Amino acid sequence: MRTEVLIAGFGGQGVLLAGNLLSYAAIDEGKNVSYFPAYGVEKRGGSATCTVVIADGTVGSPVLGQPAVLVVLNQASLERFGAKVRPGGLLIVNSSLVDITELNRSDITIIPVPMNDIATDLGDLRMVNMVAVGAYVALTGAVQMESLSTALAQALPERNHRFIPANVKAIETGAQVAKSKKEA
Amino acid sequence: MSKRLFVKGNEAAAMGAVEAGCRYYFGYPITPQSDIPEYLSRELPKLNGEFIQAESEIGAINMLLGASSCGVRAMTSSSSPGISLKQEGISYMAGAELPGVIINISRSGPGLGGIDASQSDYFQSVKGGGHGGYHIPVLAPNSVQEMYDLTMHAFDLADLYRTPVMLLGDSVIGQMKEALVPNARPVRELPEKGWAVRGKSGAEQRVVKSLFLGDGELEAHNWRLHAKYQVMKEKECISEEYETADARLIVTGFGSVARIAHTAVAMAREEGMKVGLFRPVTLFPFPEKALAEAAGRAGKVLVVELNTGQMVEDVRLSVGAAAQVCFYGRPPGAGSLPSPEELLDVIRKQYDDTAR
Repeated sequence: MRTEVLIAGFGGQGVLLAGNLLSYAAIDEGKNVSYFPAYGVEKRGGSATCTVVIADGTVGSPVLGQPAVLVVLNQASLERFGAKVRPGGLLIVNSSLVDITELNRSDITIIPVPMNDIATDLGDLRMVNMVAVGAYVALTGAVQMESLSTALAQALPERNHRFIPANVKAIETGAQVAKSKKEA
Repeated sequence: MSKRLFVKGNEAAAMGAVEAGCRYYFGYPITPQSDIPEYLSRELPKLNGEFIQAESEIGAINMLLGASSCGVRAMTSSSSPGISLKQEGISYMAGAELPGVIINISRSGPGLGGIDASQSDYFQSVKGGGHGGYHIPVLAPNSVQEMYDLTMHAFDLADLYRTPVMLLGDSVIGQMKEALVPNARPVRELPEKGWAVRGKSGAEQRVVKSLFLGDGELEAHNWRLHAKYQVMKEKECISEEYETADARLIVTGFGSVARIAHTAVAMAREEGMKVGLFRPVTLFPFPEKALAEAAGRAGKVLVVELNTGQMVEDVRLSVGAAAQVCFYGRPPGAGSLPSPEELLDVIRKQYDDTAR
């Protein structure tokens, strides 16, 4: 199996950590993975994207032209990448910040998840990336949900390990909401 | 099997250097390779090594020259404009036959250019970037694992042939993270460094130099270096082939673009096209014979590079009249990396145009 995702947002939303987390989980499962980040010179506010390709066999290209799955955390990313999702692909949108009314894509599945609202309700907006990862994994099965909790300890520096339970909760909530939106 | 780590290509190269026994690093920071000095500045002092952030790239390459002449394993790294500054030192090292590893995680040019992935330094790397008409082995990793493995290999080649060795990558290879199995360094029989200047202590005087003024001396030196390059061509070529056995079109490229091409070739196979991938791992020596064989069988070669056409010249020299050679180039710049789908389009077109 080979899964690929482009995660896009602005610097500060935790896009790169989200990609790292997925990658650690995949490696723990014995899979091959390529994580390729691209970000502006700005620390916060600039565009931040990463691709994560997970494969049982050869990963091949770390560069994605037409991603099978796109996760967008802000409006600018939707405008930049929305048209590139492969026909038949999946788009997961942070509906707290992103308006999809102008996106003309009847050929893909679109799942809106109010990621900012969910993270804020759980106590910290900064967990928006964890909500996104939860939604992505629930909808694609790219890795096991359990692997994500283990991977958090590797993806986060030790001083932040006290936040792991809260982050696991954010991942789980993202997953639940995404699944309910899919069924709706 | 060792544990699989998840690290950046740049970190993997630095780890490979440490595993290879490199304890001396001299460099000056520049994007997108600064993870290499960052890692080594942290790790080398723990191993009783030395990390020096030099005053400039020129300072760093000459420190490498100095350390290397004492017989220790040492390294520098930089990115394109910084590598240009090092060329005088590399030429002196080639002339004095000093081992040493130089990593170029290249940027786009010419001039200040940009920081995006690029393969514009191919000519500079493989044709002797400095003055005087020399060659150095050039290795082109295409994965995090190869950044580690080929850095170790680079140190062995350097000692084996008494030559500087270059590792050529770009921001895709340097910045991406993948699983790394940090295997122990393979054992390779290497010559004693009987030439190293470590203090005379009563022994015969040793001189490390690139200046040869005696009658006929320099001519003989040049022929000797030339003979060394011929041995490298005979013994040190490395290449990788994927689906080339029955291919009617061979796609070839090195480093990052070969990764993208691999996926494009797999997509072409799914569409029923007989396409294969030939990836040179050593750019000097260029794997002429292996490529000529694969190309001769297929009849046509498509060269893909992140520049306006450099390696394509070596491909043409290698295959001669045995195959038709066509080229697809993407000079560097923001957003200029080709996608697998774009390469697939090029493959379709070249495949359809194939006469046979």
